[in-house]
Amino acid sequence: MTDNGQYFQRDRTWHPPAFTPSYKTSVLRSPQQPLISLENTLSEMTGPVFGHSKIGPLDNDLIRNYAQTGEAIGQRMIVYGRVLDENARPVPGALVEFWQANAGGRYRHKKETYLAAIDPNFGGCGRMITDEEGRYWFRTIKPGAYPWPNGVNDWRPAHIHFSIFGHAFAQRLITQCYFEGDPMIWQDPIAMTVPDKVAVEQLIAALDRQNTLPMDSLAYKFDIVLRGRRSTMFENRMEGN
Amino acid sequence: MVQKLDFLKETPSQTAGPYVHIGTNPNWVEITGVWNEDLGLVLVGPETMGERIIVKGRIFDGAGDVLRDALVEIWQADAEGLYNSPSETRGKADPNFVGWGRQPCDGTTGEYRFETIKPGRVPYKDGRMMAPHITVWIVARGINIGLHTRLYFADEEAANAECPVLAQIARKVRIPTLMASRGEENGLPTYTFDIHLQGEKETVFFDI
Ligand SMILES: [Fe+3]
Repeated sequence: MTDNGQYFQRDRTWHPPAFTPSYKTSVLRSPQQPLISLENTLSEMTGPVFGHSKIGPLDNDLIRNYAQTGEAIGQRMIVYGRVLDENARPVPGALVEFWQANAGGRYRHKKETYLAAIDPNFGGCGRMITDEEGRYWFRTIKPGAYPWPNGVNDWRPAHIHFSIFGHAFAQRLITQCYFEGDPMIWQDPIAMTVPDKVAVEQLIAALDRQNTLPMDSLAYKFDIVLRGRRSTMFENRMEGN
Repeated sequence: MVQKLDFLKETPSQTAGPYVHIGTNPNWVEITGVWNEDLGLVLVGPETMGERIIVKGRIFDGAGDVLRDALVEIWQADAEGLYNSPSETRGKADPNFVGWGRQPCDGTTGEYRFETIKPGRVPYKDGRMMAPHITVWIVARGINIGLHTRLYFADEEAANAECPVLAQIARKVRIPTLMASRGEENGLPTYTFDIHLQGEKETVFFDI
């Protein structure tokens, strides 16, 4: 029995809808016509392979990969997890990219206007390709919360942005990771675009004391689930099962 | 109670936000020295087979304003209609063409632009041929889950007329929103594919 059928239909009630007025930018950027449902064709069931040769040794070390005069400032932590599919199988060879604000909540970007200081030793980007068991890991500093123009006093909870490219274009996903115990998650118009409380909790990384480095770094575990594929239990069927 | 099914739920999507390029195109936002090159900028080399084309366009919001902070990814077959992917079982694709591209929209004009090749035709699941097309995926601030569409070539009238995917669009007046119009630039065929997120000309987006 192999997974080589179409990808499971996306559960659109689990994802945020396009139109979420409390996140104001979505109002003019949300399609209003129904999406056209399309059974997967080869165009959606295929995807590129990302070679490990593209990835440098410091790409998953945000404390050091932009260091100019010293290491990045902030609460040191390791973020790790597995990329799985909905069948709970690991996704090896997935490209995982991540970006975040510095410890003060400021991004290194020319359009960023928040008054928090720039950290000269922090770029805020990293990437990794998952290993045979679908694992990824990186070292960074805990990003700060930051205010943003939405309501007059809206703040984003600490978060790391993630982009994941699995084996097929149908699995393409961008999301955000929050941190256990942060009360600001439940006040955040962007986290709250996700309608289901259990679905929001799927975006919260767990503090993992077992994997901390004593006297060095905290650890958070953040698993990511991409769409799974139907299996072909009966090979004589024309189209999957 | 019944037995539990062992499936996991897909991780919910969240917006890519205004600073997506820090993670996907750091050199483009002047975070240099972290990695040599941003992924997906170059699709075509001297050895790549097929007709060179330029694909470009802009993305418009519901007020008719151009998005200047979006990220566009494309995925396409090679000139023979084969995907460069382990899931491609019909044959071996052109080794000099990956088929995946990624470009930010220009911070001033909002234009995205890819130099690529015209893809060949790919069969639908029942063997009928789809018209040549490029998969397009866009993310940006204000977009809660990436939008998936297809670029078709307006000058492929016969192939478009028999494409089993285009045939599934019940409101035929919407089909032209998927058609890139042909022009020319420096002797190269150029296809312009503007994307409208809302309004009269709202682009067809797919739930794949
Ligand atoms: Fe952010």
